[in-house]
Amino acid sequence: MKRLKIRPEVVPAVLLVLAFVAGAMESKYFLDFRYLLDSSTLYVETGLLALGMTFVIVSGNIDLSVASMTVLVACVTARLMESGWSVPSSCGIGIGLGIVLGAINGVLIAKVKLPSFVVTLATMAVYRGIAQVLLGANSAKVTASFVGLDMQHLPGHVPVPLVIFLIVAVVLGLILHRTLFGRWVFAIGTNEVASFYSGIPAATVKIGVFATSGLMAAFAALLMDSRLGVARFDHGQGLELDAITAVLLGGASIFGGRGSILGTVLALFLIAVLRIGMGVANVKAEYQLAVIGTLLVVAVLSGNLVSRLSSERRA
Amino acid sequence: MRSDIARKLGALREVGTLVLLLVVASAAFAKDHQFLDAKNLNSILLWIPLLAVVGMGQMLVIITRGIDVSVGSTMGLAGIIVGILFRDHPGLNVFAGAAIGLAIGAVLGAINGGLIALAKVPPIIATLGTLSAYRGLVFIVSKGDQVDSNMIPDALTNWTLHGPIQIGGVTVSWLLVWAIVAAGLTAYMLRQTRTGRDIYSIGSNPDAARLRGIPVTRVTFLVYTICGAVAGLAGVLYASRYGFVNPATAGAGFELIVIAAVVIGGTNVFGGSGTVPGVILGCLLLGTINVALAVLGIDETWQKLVYGLVILIALMLDSGVQKWLGKLSEGT
Repeated sequence: MKRLKIRPEVVPAVLLVLAFVAGAMESKYFLDFRYLLDSSTLYVETGLLALGMTFVIVSGNIDLSVASMTVLVACVTARLMESGWSVPSSCGIGIGLGIVLGAINGVLIAKVKLPSFVVTLATMAVYRGIAQVLLGANSAKVTASFVGLDMQHLPGHVPVPLVIFLIVAVVLGLILHRTLFGRWVFAIGTNEVASFYSGIPAATVKIGVFATSGLMAAFAALLMDSRLGVARFDHGQGLELDAITAVLLGGASIFGGRGSILGTVLALFLIAVLRIGMGVANVKAEYQLAVIGTLLVVAVLSGNLVSRLSSERRA
Repeated sequence: MRSDIARKLGALREVGTLVLLLVVASAAFAKDHQFLDAKNLNSILLWIPLLAVVGMGQMLVIITRGIDVSVGSTMGLAGIIVGILFRDHPGLNVFAGAAIGLAIGAVLGAINGGLIALAKVPPIIATLGTLSAYRGLVFIVSKGDQVDSNMIPDALTNWTLHGPIQIGGVTVSWLLVWAIVAAGLTAYMLRQTRTGRDIYSIGSNPDAARLRGIPVTRVTFLVYTICGAVAGLAGVLYASRYGFVNPATAGAGFELIVIAAVVIGGTNVFGGSGTVPGVILGCLLLGTINVALAVLGIDETWQKLVYGLVILIALMLDSGVQKWLGKLSEGT
């Protein structure tokens, strides 16, 4: 029997086109490409988190702590800069910290063998809690020379953060889809027991996956520091929701073993266009939250439906 | 039908929680002898009811291997709707208000249950989505306006201020009575009814439960509906406890505290074990920690970190005790 084959990227690509059309019809200011490009810098941080999250979800896990890792790295890095550390060493420590935070999640999940949603729910509170204890109600100032990366443009009005995001996306895409490590991530997500018996070092791969998520959180944190100029413990609330939504809208299966970096990138542009569109149309932030939450559930529902249809055809 | 190991684990973990409770209480008492005075006991007793009521539902969900992170938003939505009803219809009976809150919560919980049991969306994803969707609805329904304290009827705030029993300066409030009723009903259901046993069976082994003819879909749906219902009731209790309902803060982040109380109370995140007395102990422990922090002069900034650490400690305890019991049973 012929199998219904839909590549994971098709759905977000179609929706993205529809969102563009709807946005253009809603407001004549929407299709201003300079404005769109400038606005895209707001979503690069979410985008980096979503790239790491793609690895996590393809491996059959979830990482709810990404926003908290971001905010903790942002606070620590800014605090270091404030107390006189140089920009490169502060950033280096921030990146190291991000990898460690992610690896802690990974060890708790792979070695202590705890479910990822509870572990990362707990570390979501712990990491933001540490940031809160560190800074309290104060904000830490970022060194002036490091501020404003989001205002830099390459020729053609392409903002620098967008370029960084695309480069990271290509690198991670190659790792996930063209390397042995990437195959292992898919194998673990498809059938963890089988992958273990075929000799895949499942625990190490899982720790690597969560460390990747931590690394992406650190990159997001540095961009956030540069964009805002200050760090506070309550920045970046709810970023995990956007990141998870982007990955699942991008065609990844929440049960693992299916997903692609290209799908995530397209879905991310979709969410960005929706949010920018809603912003142009003066939709309040709380309403936007409801729309994204609903979108998440719809994304999973439609994913389930597609896989059910295709398995019925096979039968 | 719980395995022997699960039962031993449950009993051991309850003792562990009790020990932790005594340690925290005596540490706070040693630091400041006023810790166990009437004022602090009252604030512990007032802190527990909301947590225990929602904890009952969350425990049922976690026993079935699920999770519901939308309870805080459900509380907020039920609380704001009932608050608006009280504002617009000042004569509304408070018990009718509580019933409406319960019903709204049940509908929201049934939506979660439908997504999880029927559409097979994983619990964490479904409830993470509704966490945002319900909070968005809170703003849409309230148009962003808070229900102020002068809109909340005195009969409702009296649930917090007064109670049937008073020993010394310590009041057992009507709020606590609600919590005791909720706990009693949950304990009865878990221990005395077929549904209760089905809930444990589903958590112990969902496939085996299905093969044995247990209506897994129906029971799972029911569990999320109950969880939503108690969260809805808690929304009304919130209005009584705090005297106002703010769309941004009512119930926000409450899911974390509830999950912490439930798992530190010995409910295993792998499903199949968890008891009402354990969760009550978990609530008492968190309540005591919360008041102890204030007494020890550790300010609110530490709260989030503490709740997160409590969950992590509970997970490690479970994992350690389980491995130990496994070794014991291998040895014999």
